[in-house]
Amino acid sequence: MDIFKKISNIDRRLIYTALGLVVLIPILFKMVLPTRVSEPVQTAYDYIQNLPEGSVVMFSVDYDASSEPEIQPMLLSMLRHCFTKKHKVIMMGQWALGLPLGELAMAAVAPQFDAKYGTDYVNLGYRPGQRAQMVGLGREFRDFFKVDYRNTPVDDLPLMKGVHNYNNIDLLVGLEAGNSGDEWIQFAGARYGLKIIIGATGVIAPDMFHYMQAKQIQGLIGGLQGAAEYEVLVKKPGTGVAGMVAQSWAHLLLLGFILLGNLGYFVAKRRKN
Amino acid sequence: MTHLIGTWIAAGLTLAIFSFLYKDNPMYNVAEQLYVGVSAAFAILYTWAFDVWPMLIEPMVMGRGAASTLDRWILIVPTIFGLMMLSRWIPKISWLSRWSISLTVGIAAGLGITGQIQGVLLPQIRATLVPLNNFNNILMVVGVISTLIYFYFSAVHKGIVKIGARAGVVFIMVAFGASFGYTVMARISLLIGRLNFLVTDWLHLVK
Repeated sequence: MDIFKKISNIDRRLIYTALGLVVLIPILFKMVLPTRVSEPVQTAYDYIQNLPEGSVVMFSVDYDASSEPEIQPMLLSMLRHCFTKKHKVIMMGQWALGLPLGELAMAAVAPQFDAKYGTDYVNLGYRPGQRAQMVGLGREFRDFFKVDYRNTPVDDLPLMKGVHNYNNIDLLVGLEAGNSGDEWIQFAGARYGLKIIIGATGVIAPDMFHYMQAKQIQGLIGGLQGAAEYEVLVKKPGTGVAGMVAQSWAHLLLLGFILLGNLGYFVAKRRKN
Repeated sequence: MTHLIGTWIAAGLTLAIFSFLYKDNPMYNVAEQLYVGVSAAFAILYTWAFDVWPMLIEPMVMGRGAASTLDRWILIVPTIFGLMMLSRWIPKISWLSRWSISLTVGIAAGLGITGQIQGVLLPQIRATLVPLNNFNNILMVVGVISTLIYFYFSAVHKGIVKIGARAGVVFIMVAFGASFGYTVMARISLLIGRLNFLVTDWLHLVK
C-alpha cells in the first residue's frame, strides 16, 4: 500500500496508544514546564488579593466528577488564596452532584489554615431553581437556604448572621462546567451588581471571554491551563501544573497527526488525479 | 480499608471504560450501565434531601422555617403543580401536565428574556462601542459588523454585502477554531486526570 495512503488512514488504536504514552510519561517522571500567567487569571488573582481582609467570598460549585481534573485544582488554589487572605468562604452549588467535591476540597484546605466551620466557612449545599434561585438570593438567602449542607439552621452559623443577600457578598467565584456561569452573570451580576470571577472548563471558557472583555466579570480561569496558572500564583503547584507537560505533549502529538493525515490525504489525492 | 476498596473499584471501572477504545465489550457495558444507575440513584437521593424534604415537607408538615400559616399552606400550590407533572405517566389525565409545563416555560421565558437583554445584549453592545484608536478595537468592531452581515439574510449576499459576509465567515471560523482548541485541551485534561489517578492513587508509582 502507498505510504501516503497509509498515513492518511492510521489505525485509531495506534493514535490512542501514542496519546496514552505521551500523557503517561510526563506524569510518571513528574516533568514540569514553566507556566506563564495570562492576564485573565492574573486579574482574578489580583481581585481576590486586593479584597479587604475578612471579605465574604461565595463559591458556586457548578460541576461534577466529569470535570474534576480541570476545575478541582482551581477550587483548591482559590480556597487557599481566600484563607491566606483571611476571607470568609460561603460554598454552595447549582450542581447537586458536585457538592461532595466541594466538601472534599474544603476538608483538604481548611485544616491547613485552621479555618473553623461556621465562623470562617460554611457550605450551604444545593437548592433547586437555578435562575429563579439566583434572582431570589438577591433578596434573601434564607428564602432558599434555611439550613446548611449539614442541616444546621443558617441562623445558628456566626458567619451567616450578617449575610442576607448579595449586598453582603464581596465576590462570587463561579466554577462552571455548564451554563450556570452565564446565568450567574446575567441574574446576579447584571441585575444586582455582584462581582464575579469565573473558573470554567476548557469547553466553557471560550464563551466567557466576551464577558471578560466587557468587564462583566473580574477574572477568568480557563481549563487546566488556567488552573495551573493559579497554582503558580498561590505558590502551591498541584495537579494543574503537573498536568501541563502532558497537555503540551498531547497537543504536539495531535498537531503531528493532523499534519500527517492531511499530507497523506493530499498527496494520495494528487497521485490519483 | 474503605478507601482502598473504593480506589480499586474506581480503577477497575476506569480501565473498563478505557477498554472501549479497543472495541465494544461486556466490561465496558457493565461500567456504563453502572454509571447510569448510580447517577440516577444519586440524583433521586439529592432531590429528596435538598428539594422535597427541606423545601416542602419540613416547612409544610413540620412548620420549620415557615414564618406564618400562610407561608406553610401556600406550598400546596407548587405541590399540586409538581404532582400534575407526574400525570404524564397516566394517559387519561396526562393533559394535566401541560399546566405545569406551561408554568415552567413561562417562568423560564420571562427570566430568559430579561436575563439576555440586561445581562448580555446591552452590556455587550456597550462594550463594542469603543474608540477605533488601536488595532484590537478595530479588529473587534470589524469582526462584530462582518459577522452580523453574514447573518443578515434580508439582502442578497452580493457586492459589498458579499465581502462583509465573507469576512464574517473568517471571524466565525476563527472563533470555532479557538473553541475547538479549548475543547481538545478539556478532553486531554480528563485523560490526564484519569491516568494521574491510576498511577498515583491506585498503583502508587508517583508520590
